[in-house]
Order: sequence, then C-alpha cells, then structure tokens
Amino acid sequence: MKELIWMLPLIPLLGFLIIGLLRNSMPKPLVSIVGCGTILISFLLSCGVFKEVYDARAAGGDGIIYTEIFNWFTVGTFSFNISFLVDPLSAIMLLIITGVGFLIHLYSVGYMTNDEGFGKYFSYLNLFIFFMLLLVLGSNYLVMFIGWEGVGLCSYLLIGFWFKNSNYAKAAKKAFVMNRIGDLGFLIAMFFILNNFGSLEFGTVFEQAAGLPMGDSTLLIITLLLFIAATGKSAQIPLFTWLPDAMAGPTPVSALIHAATMVTAGIYMIARSNIMFTLSPVTMEIIAIIGVATALVAAFIAITQNDIKKVLAYSTVSQLGYMFLGLGVGAFTGAFFHVLTHAFFKALLFLGAGSVIHAMSDEQDMRSMGGLKKYLPITYATMLIGTIAIAGIPPLAGFFSKDEILAHAFMANPIFWGLGFLGALCTAFYMFRLLYLTFFGKFRGTENQRHHLHESPWQMTIPLIVLAVLSVLGGALNIPEALHGGHWLADFLSPVFAQTNQIAEPFHLSHSTEYLLMGASAVGAIIMAIVAYTKYVKKSEIPQTDGATDQGTLYKLSYHKLYIDQVYDGIFVRPLNALSKFLHRFVERSGIDSLVNGIGDLFVSSGKGIRLLQSGHVGFYIFMMVIGVVAFMLYGLITI
Amino acid sequence: MGNLLENMQGIPLNHYLIFCSIIFVIGVIGVLIRRNVIIIMMSIELMLNSVNLLLAAFSAYRGDPSGQVFVFFIMALAAAEVAVGLAIIIMVYRNTKSVDIESLTKLRW
Repeated sequence: MKELIWMLPLIPLLGFLIIGLLRNSMPKPLVSIVGCGTILISFLLSCGVFKEVYDARAAGGDGIIYTEIFNWFTVGTFSFNISFLVDPLSAIMLLIITGVGFLIHLYSVGYMTNDEGFGKYFSYLNLFIFFMLLLVLGSNYLVMFIGWEGVGLCSYLLIGFWFKNSNYAKAAKKAFVMNRIGDLGFLIAMFFILNNFGSLEFGTVFEQAAGLPMGDSTLLIITLLLFIAATGKSAQIPLFTWLPDAMAGPTPVSALIHAATMVTAGIYMIARSNIMFTLSPVTMEIIAIIGVATALVAAFIAITQNDIKKVLAYSTVSQLGYMFLGLGVGAFTGAFFHVLTHAFFKALLFLGAGSVIHAMSDEQDMRSMGGLKKYLPITYATMLIGTIAIAGIPPLAGFFSKDEILAHAFMANPIFWGLGFLGALCTAFYMFRLLYLTFFGKFRGTENQRHHLHESPWQMTIPLIVLAVLSVLGGALNIPEALHGGHWLADFLSPVFAQTNQIAEPFHLSHSTEYLLMGASAVGAIIMAIVAYTKYVKKSEIPQTDGATDQGTLYKLSYHKLYIDQVYDGIFVRPLNALSKFLHRFVERSGIDSLVNGIGDLFVSSGKGIRLLQSGHVGFYIFMMVIGVVAFMLYGLITI
Repeated sequence: MGNLLENMQGIPLNHYLIFCSIIFVIGVIGVLIRRNVIIIMMSIELMLNSVNLLLAAFSAYRGDPSGQVFVFFIMALAAAEVAVGLAIIIMVYRNTKSVDIESLTKLRW
C-alpha cells in the first residue's frame, strides 16, 4: 500500500478532470459513477494505508510513512519536495475525508438529480477532495498550503454554485475574502518558519522547535500567525461570520466542506504543529479564550435562528470553538477526537437537513415545517441520533469527545469549563429546538408542500444511516480511563504528540471529579432537551415573525447575530469602500490617469503644431537644409 | 603632364578655394531662389562641379591621383542623376503642364 499513496489524491484529480472536461457530453448516471467511484477508490486506498499504519502501531512502531514524490524546486540552499507524510493523525483524517466524502458524494447523486449543473457540481466536489487530501498528506507546510488554498477555492466555487442568485455570489465572495485574511497569516508564518528553521518539512521544523526554550518569541510569532490562519479557515472569532453565510451552497456541500472536513483543517494544522504551540503558552491561552468565546457566542446565536441550515452552521462554529478550546488547553487528542465525532454527527445533521429541505421543496424556514416525523421516518430517526450525539447525551459519540475537552478545560481553568458547560447547555437546547420544530407538532407549510412530502431516495438515506451508526459508535474510539475505556485514540495518536507529551503536564483529575463533570453535562443536556420539549412541543410555540416588537433584548441580540455583521460592515467594509472610492476618484482618475494621458496628449498636440512645417514647398525644405548645413559648419568652426 | 602640374601649381591654392566657394554659393543660391526645376537641376550641377574642381586642385597640389579618381566617379554619378532627374521633370511636366517647383505642393500635411 505504501507505494500507492501518491494515487490517493491523484484519483479524485482525475475524476475532476474527466467530469470537468466532459461534463456537457456525459450522461448523468456516468457522471455519478465517475464522481463517486473515484472517491470510493480513494477510500479503499485510505483503508489500506490506515491498516498499514494500524499494524505498525500494533507492532509497537510509530506508524509514520514518509513518501517523497518528486523534488519540486530548489532555491539556493532551500529545497522543496512534493512529499507525503502518513502518520496516525493523517491516516485518520484520510479516512474521514474519503469516507464521509464518499457518503456525501453518494447523497449528492440523489440531492442534485434535478440540477442543471450536475456535472459541474461533481467536478468541484472531486477537486475539493483532491485538495483536502493534499492538505492532509503534505509532509511540509508548502504542500499543506497548496491544499489549504485549494480547499478555499473549492469552498468559494461551491458556495457560489448557484451564482445567478446575487446573494449567494456575495456569500461566496465573503467566504473567500475572510479566508484570504487567514491565509495571509499562514503565508507569513511560513516565511518565519523558513527563516528560522531553514526548512518547511515538518520533521526538520519540529525537531528544531523542540530544542527551543518555553515561551520563545519566534515561536510565539509563528504560532500566533498560524492561529490567525486557523481562525480564518475554521471560522473562529473574529473571522467566523463567513461560515453561516456559506450555507448558500448546496446542502451536501455544507455537510462536507463546511462541517466535516475543510473547517477542521485549522485544527488539523495546529494539532500537526503541536510542539510549537505547546512551547508558546501565551498562544495557547489565546486559543483557549477565543475557542471558548466562539463556542459560547455561536451557541447563543444559534438559539434563535429559524433557518434550519443557519442553526446547524452556528452549531458548527460553536463545535469548532470547542475543538479550539481543547487545543488551547493542550488536549490535542481530545480536540482531534471531537473533529472525528463531529465529522460524523454534523455531516449526518446537515444531510438530514438536506433531506428535509429536499422533501419540503426547498423550504428552509423551520417555522413552515413541523410534523415531518411521519412523512420522513428514516430522516427523523437519523436526525434524532445526530441531535442526541451533538447534545452530549451518553453513550453517543458527542458525549465522549466533548467531555474529554471539558475535562481538560476544567484541569486548566475551571472558568473555561464553566463557559464551555454553558455553551453545551445552549447546544442541547437549540438542537432539540431544531428537532422539535421540524419533526413534531402540526405541519405548518402550504398545501402544495404537504402534497409533495416524500422520504428521500436510497442514495440519500443510506449515507444517513451509515453516519448515524458511526455517530452512535464513534465515541467508543476513545473511552476515558474513568469509564474503564482504553483511550485507544490517544494511544494510537501518541507518536504525533510524542514531543508534546514529554513537556506537557499529564492529565490528572481524580475519577470522582471526572464522574461529576460528565454527570453534570449529561444531566444538563437532558434537562435542556426537556425544556425545549415543553416549550416547543407541549406549548407548541412557534418562533415569532421577523417584525415582532415584543422581544427581549437578549432575544434580539441573538436573533440579529449580536450585530456582528453590521459592526464589521461599519468598521471595515464601509471605511474600505470609502477609501477605495477616494483612491479611485482622486488618485486613480485625476492622478495616475491624467499623468499618463497627459504625456500622450503632449505628444499629440506638439505633433499637431510641428506637422505644419511639412508644407510641401520644396524651396522651403532646401532653405531649411542649407540653414542646417551652415549651422553645422559654424558649429564646427567655433569648436575648432 | 609635368608642365601642366607646374602651371597649376603656379596659381596659389587659395585662388582655387575661393573660386570654388564662389561657384558653389552661386549654385546654392540658384537652388534656393529659382523656381524653374530645370534651372535648379543646373544649379545642382554647378555645385557638384565646383567640388570636382576643388578635388582636382587638391589632387594636383598634393600629388595624389586619388582625388582625380573621385572626380571621375562624381561625374559618372552626376550623369546618372541628371538622367533620372530629367525623367522626373518630364513626367512632372506631362502631369502639370509646367516646370514650376511651386506646382508640386501636393505632398504635405
């Protein structure tokens, strides 16, 4: 399998080329077969690679496979390779990307059947998988950066997939610009790394970084810049506002790119660079604060949103906040565990939402739904599992991963735990609110929509079922010691975090404290579920319409997303627009333009004057010539 | 030959220089002030021949025959030039029924 690693990203690229070039002449079934088939082959290859790593780990090795594909270019003493690194961390990411990716491709076959851009859609999706695999497989920051940029591009293309709607095109632009801010951080961080360590290869960089003292200032700068990059890609404060708008894309795209894979790239990158972050405690502190703040703010906003996809989008931002909290308190395994489980249940929830939207003839407002339980039984059952998983009710996946992060947060600082716990309560509330509003009560849509209600085709339900099973079982990967689990994932990943584990304080909480924390979050989640039940099922409340005035301040704040978009608009967008207008009007038009045009005008007008000398009178020409000759002669006489 | 050389050298070189300059200036003035194309051609010939004369004079005084060789070349060229020039003048005359240089002012801005 080792020899075939280069094929992993290549196959989706081939799929992209084939579908992209022949999209107008290929029939839809063929597009689906190529689109899904390439990802399936990649998935099988990933399984093979994973097995190799797994066997190596089981045999006591570190399971790291380094493959150099070719030397890309050499500048002076710096040499850059296209080379791939498979270790426990990237092996699991490979499985998530190709596995969840395949399920979502399959789902898309059903979801996009009636779309005219079917071929274009699948080519973009394959291209995305290619770049994501490149990001994960790269053995140096440069290859990672190629993938990093590529997934940003695909995200832009897919958010703006229905670009005829100008709002969607704007959302795509917003996502791209926000990501660029982060990418700039990545780029500058790479310059710093290259300058300080003389290489971008992970192995070389981390080895040298490990030798630096705790709190080294270069590491501080590098890690802060890398963290800025991560806030852009993984939608953290202050760059998170693009992700909710990214829901303009087709729902499977939201599931794949904006929930399961691309947005976790920031966490992957930080987990990959763990030693540099461990050695800069200031950055870690900032990451934890930003993470918990994002988790709380996004959960707070999600409570009052009425668009089913918006709720899930804010939920994603919030869950990403938890992952960053985990990274910030040094729980790299915990954060990555949450990436894994989140990929399962959030993809599941998005696909379920897609199934609902599909059944409701493209209606996304939960106020027009309700009572869908009996029309969409499979969607309902799987969504229920996803909701329980994300709410953190045992024994589903979300409980274990979230509680591992919260336990580490408690150890670092009980305040982090308190805020995280509050966010978890909000999570349980808004997720059950979503579930109840959508599937319980009476149907509130139009007669026409009721007529069209149908369970989705098998291509859409099978991914739901598979993801639901994974959401149930995913937690078993890393059951904590307190619950007599083996901490399999932590053990499996230990070679990746080996350098960090030597420095970092080991996790120590008495089992009774751990039980208490787990109990608190489990009971809290269940209580919130019951609160939501009484509010939305028993009293069958429906969220107020947009114009209602009798809303509390908190409700208004949450409903209007804390006015963050407006604040950004006022602070950044409008001043920038004004500056651009000023530069356009005064510097560009009357400055540069008039200078350039002025030079042209000068020659034109002087030419107009001088051409009058060309009078056609031969005598005049000769006269001028003689004067010239005489002038030369006189000049010669004088200078002699 | 030797007799001719002695005779030529009997007149100081300055006289040749001044004489040739006068003829040359007459030619220039002729070109400048006359409007008849044929006379302009003749004035040009005058200028050419004043130079020829000067070349011959220098050749004689310096005892270097290459000056006289140049004269032959210039005469041959002048003959060719006159042939072309006269042909042009004939064509001009056929088209404008005049040999006045002022009638040729079409080629201008």
